[in-house]
Parts: sequence; structure tokens; C-alpha cells
Amino acid sequence: MLEFTEGHEMFRNTVREFVGKEIDPHADAWEESGSFPARELFSKMGQLGLLGLTYDERWGGGGSDTTYKMILGEELGRCASLGVAMAISVQTDMATPALHRYGSDELREKYLRPAIAGEMVTSIAVSEPDAGSDVAGIRTRAVQDGDEWVINGTKMWITSGTQSDWLCLLARTSDEGGYRGMSQIIVPTDTPGFSVSRKLDKLGMRGSDTAELSFDDCRVPVSNTIGEPGRGFQQQMAQFQDERMIAAYQMVGATELALQRTVEYLKERVAFGSPLLANQHLQYSLAEVAAELDLNRHHNWVTVAKANRGEDFTREATVAKLCAARLGRRMADLAVQYHGGMGYVEELWPARFFRDARLWSIGGGADEVMLRTLARMNGIIGD
Amino acid sequence: MNVVVCVKQIPDPADPGALDPNTKTLKRDVKLILDESDSYGVEMALQLVDTAGGGEVTLVSMAPNSEVGGLRTALAMGAAKAVLVSDEALAGSDALGTSKVLAKAIERAGEADLIITATESSDGYTGTVPEQIAELMGLPSITFAKSIAVEGGTVKVQRQTEAGYDDVEAPTPAVVSVTAGVVEPRYPSFKGIMAAKSKPVDEVTVADLGIDASQVGWAGAGQEILEIAAAEEREAGTIVEDDGEGFQKIVDYLAELKVI
Ligand SMILES: Cc1cc2nc3c(=O)[nH]c(=O)nc-3n(C[C@H](O)[C@H](O)[C@H](O)COP(=O)(O)OP(=O)(O)OC[C@H]3O[C@@H](n4cnc5c(N)ncnc54)[C@H](O)[C@@H]3O)c2cc1C
Repeated sequence: MLEFTEGHEMFRNTVREFVGKEIDPHADAWEESGSFPARELFSKMGQLGLLGLTYDERWGGGGSDTTYKMILGEELGRCASLGVAMAISVQTDMATPALHRYGSDELREKYLRPAIAGEMVTSIAVSEPDAGSDVAGIRTRAVQDGDEWVINGTKMWITSGTQSDWLCLLARTSDEGGYRGMSQIIVPTDTPGFSVSRKLDKLGMRGSDTAELSFDDCRVPVSNTIGEPGRGFQQQMAQFQDERMIAAYQMVGATELALQRTVEYLKERVAFGSPLLANQHLQYSLAEVAAELDLNRHHNWVTVAKANRGEDFTREATVAKLCAARLGRRMADLAVQYHGGMGYVEELWPARFFRDARLWSIGGGADEVMLRTLARMNGIIGD
Repeated sequence: MNVVVCVKQIPDPADPGALDPNTKTLKRDVKLILDESDSYGVEMALQLVDTAGGGEVTLVSMAPNSEVGGLRTALAMGAAKAVLVSDEALAGSDALGTSKVLAKAIERAGEADLIITATESSDGYTGTVPEQIAELMGLPSITFAKSIAVEGGTVKVQRQTEAGYDDVEAPTPAVVSVTAGVVEPRYPSFKGIMAAKSKPVDEVTVADLGIDASQVGWAGAGQEILEIAAAEEREAGTIVEDDGEGFQKIVDYLAELKVI
């Protein structure tokens, strides 16, 4: 089981205070504008050491255990704009883990260190208009010309895409089909031929900008390849595990807060002569969420313990992401329902939460993709 | 430059626990945290040491049960070390008893150019400890600082007043109390939190400080709390409907209160 120290608790306070002072007061304005000033916010986070907790101190990281990461995630999940929380976790757990794990020292010095310091904003560019769940179906191609890659293609749904400094791009680098012949390449966004084709207008996560990106004969050095050329798919699959866990930590924090706030509301709101919370139907449905929240939280602990021991946690991350996302959206649905009309207007938090929480059953691998992975792991296959 | 900051560790105001009907004081057997009023002094001290380009910030605290929760927070913000006085004999200490202990603990903390305190604690609110410490130590006392600068052997303070501030100065070392809210206390960073774990906390008893137990605690208290009572419930406010003349009603109301 996980052990929590005074340091963990103090760290939780730091993140909670940070969210309360540096994010929440701006959340409405950022949601309105469809973006947030990533460089400004990240540099503050970098100074507090929040962007590279588990990374090697050599690159400016904190060298911490994964428990700190979980606490960061849970607390970010409590912020008033889950879109901003998502963009932060792209920086910490989606665009940088592969670089940290497999990158050359030169690349880590040039791109990881400033990402950890919050001086550079990063994006993960995997999905494409015609390939999201099926990562092996990507078409963006990098062709070697001397010591350069020449990149052509389109990436879709890229978080922070309108403001990032570099992308961790997954591209085809050989003609082998399927899972083979892909590489992860760092593409600085000031590379000629790179452009933001459009900023997407989304249902939720509106505090974070999401873009479609286009690559037209973009040239970057072959030395920008992360790890081994041709191993991009496998490296990305490993990176996805961090992504799934940070989503699961966030949804535990987010669900807990939504549950607590809904209970508070129902205590105050009177109908039929008593507080709405006196109604057993409401009590029990929320108690069910509380029960599942415990399971999700404790499942995260098991996963973190495995990560702390350096063990593979693919299975645990798959379950965690699936279940925490689903519980989050169920809680969001209950929050809207039990707030009645107030759940349906922008004056209170449930409307935004309802839109935002919906994302995590799609992003980072849809629920069905998690189920597909689990079915295979459990030998539940039809052939 | 070396600065000593007196910090109190108090029950979390968000979850303050209860008053003990026998002792008529706040129960302190819960987990204690850094009094927010003191976080401003810690921040100021850290800034002063930064500006001076050397030296360190030492914390001094008196708390039951060897409590270090609040000290660790201030250490994580950047203080270098702490002196903690924890002794059963201290239970029931009044403001003067507390000041006697803190004055001795400050001496134990080593040479200091400046001693910083809050103007009052958030749980006790006597607001007399800083001046008593100064008197006991034979040092100048400046209260209600909104900014502090140390130049040579002089501390220059902007002392908050109702109208603005007074410029006052005193030779160092001096005891300066800092008004809450005048600086933005830093968040303990991840590195700060890690480093705080191994920073030294020198825990001492009353005897270690050369104080006779009869001088402090219930035994030494010259002040007795006779009665405690719950604060009166706040009365419901008045709601002014704005029918286009809302401002006039507010102006009239303020005039009635003689505020304007
Ligand atoms: C707000 C937002 C931010 C994002 N940020 C990023 C980012 O930063 N970087 C990035 O690379 N991508 C990002 N994505 C993309 C995201 O990862 C994909 O949307 C997701 O993987 C699903 O892919 P798709 O949209 O192409 O859906 P499709 O692959 O077309 O799938 C559609 C639906 O079909 C079902 N489905 C798919 N496969 C199966 C299957 N095998 N069995 C059963 N059902 C299946 C699922 O219900 C799925 O939701 C983001 C998406 C959003 C909405």
C-alpha cells in the first residue's frame, strides 16, 4: 500500500493553493477565450517544480516518487477548468515521458529541461483526421534526406497546438505497415512548413486550445528522433500509460470535488418541505459514486505503487483510465441532474464540468480502446 | 543577515476543533499548521536575506506535543532551521509567559539582526507578545510593518496607520511585527518540501532555556480567563432591491451609520 508522508501532504497544499490562486480566478476568462496563457502559467509551475516531478534531477526534474505525481493530478482535477488541467498534463505526462525515457542527452538538454522549467510549451501529436483510436493507421510521413527528416501530413486534436514550442510527433518513417516503421520526432513549431491550420471549437475543455496542424515539407534534423528510429509506436504505447494515469488521477480529484459540492448543494436546496438531500434516492445514488470513487482511488494507489517499484503497469493504467473516466462522467450527469435548472446554466459549475468530464472517455484512448486492450489481455477474443 | 521569525502553530482555522470548557482555551491536541499571519513574516524575512545576499532565516516556535507541522511548511518556504520549545509545563501560558519563553528561544537561535513576528496570532489574538519580547530582550520594538528594509545597522520600516504609513527606524537588532497581507507568501516548492525534511529543528524544554517552570504555564500565568461564550450569531443583512434608485438607498444607509 502507498505510504503518505508529511511531505506529500504539504505538496498537496502547495498544488491546491496554486490552483486556487493562479488558475481558478482566471478560469472563466480562459474558458471564454478558448485558451489560456500556457507560457505564463507554466513558468510559474516550473519554478515550483511541478512540471517534472518524477523526472531526473539532471534535467531539472524533482526525482520524486510517482505518489507526488498522483497528488498533482488529483489536485489539478479539482481546478475550475479541466481543460487547463488537461493541457498541464500534456506537458507533464503526455508529450515529455518518451523524451525523458528514450531521448538523447542533447535532446533532453535542449527540449526536456525547458519543458520542465516551464519555459517551453509542448504538445503530443499522434492523432490524425483519419486515425485516432487506430494509431497504427497514421499517415504523416517523415522521409530522410541526408541528415534531415522531411515531414508531410496533418495532425488533429492537438492540445495546446496553437501555442506550443515543440511537438512530440509520431510519424511513419519507413514503408513497413502497421505497428512498424514509425518514429517519434521532436518538431519545433518555428520550423518552416509547419502551420496551425485551425483552432477547433469544442464541446468542452474550452479553457485549452486544440488545433489541427499541418506539415508541408517540414525539415528537422534526424538527430531530433527520440530513441530508436522505427520504434516510435512502441515508445508511444509506453508514453500512453503515463497519459492514462494522469487522466485517472485527475478524474478521481474531479469526481471527489463534484460529489462534495453536489452534496453541499442538496443540503441547502429545499423542496417538498425538506432539504433535497433528505431524499434517499439522491443519498444512495451519491453513496454509490462514493463507493466507486474509493475503488478508483485505491486502484490508482496500486498502480502508483507498481510505478514506484519500477514495474509495468499497462493493465492497471488501462483499467484506471476506463473506470475513472466513466465514474467522472456519471458524477457529472448526476451533478447536472440534481442541480436541476441550475445544473443547466453557466452560472454554476456543473454545466462546464458536464462538458469537460465527457472528454476522458474519448481522449487518451476511448473507453472501447481500453476495453479492447483488456479483452486481449484477458484472452477474451473471438478468433 | 540573520533573521529570526517567531511562528505560531495553530489548529487549522478551516477545522478548528473545540474549546476546552475546563481550561477555557482552544484544544491543541489536533494537528497544527502554520498560522497564516506568520507566513507574511516568513516571506519578508526570506526576502530580506535574499536582498542582503547572505545569512539565514531561523524560526522560533512554542507548541505542545513536539509539533512541527507548521514549522515544516515555513522550512519548505526557505527558512534554514528552527528552535521548537515543547514542554508540558507550558500548557496554560499567558502572553507574558509565552514572551519569556520566546525571548530565551530567540537567544538560543543565535545572533540575529532582526526579529520578526506577526502583529497577533489568529487563534489567541492578544497582540501583545511582540512588544513583550522586545522589552524582555531590551530591544527596540516597531509594530505594524508593511515594509522592512535593513541598511547598515538600521532597520527602516513603513508602519501602517489608518491614513497611510509612518516612516520609522531603529538600530538593529530590533523586534518588528508585520501586518498580515502585506506580501504574497511564496508557495513551498517541491524542492523546498524535499529539503525541509532534513532541516534541523532544535527541540528544547523550558529547563533547557534556563527558565523556571513556575514562571510559565498555568503556574506562572498572571492572567485568568474567567468565562468563554459563543460569539453572537450574525444578524441577517438587509437586501436592497435595485429599482433604479438602489444606489440612493445604499448612500442613505451609509449616512445613517455615519460612515459617510
Ligand atoms: C479535447 C481533445 C484533446 C485531444 N488532445 C490530443 C492531443 O493532444 N494529441 C493527440 O494526439 N490526440 C489528442 N486527441 C485525440 C484523441 O486521442 C482521439 O480523439 C481519440 O483517440 C479517439 O480517436 P478519434 O477521435 O479518431 O475517434 P475514432 O478512432 O474515429 O473512434 C470513434 C469512436 O469509435 C469507437 N471505437 C474506436 N475504436 C474502437 C474499437 N476498436 N472497438 C470498438 N469501438 C471503437 C469509440 O467509441 C470511439 O470513441 C484529443 C481529443 C480531444 C477531443
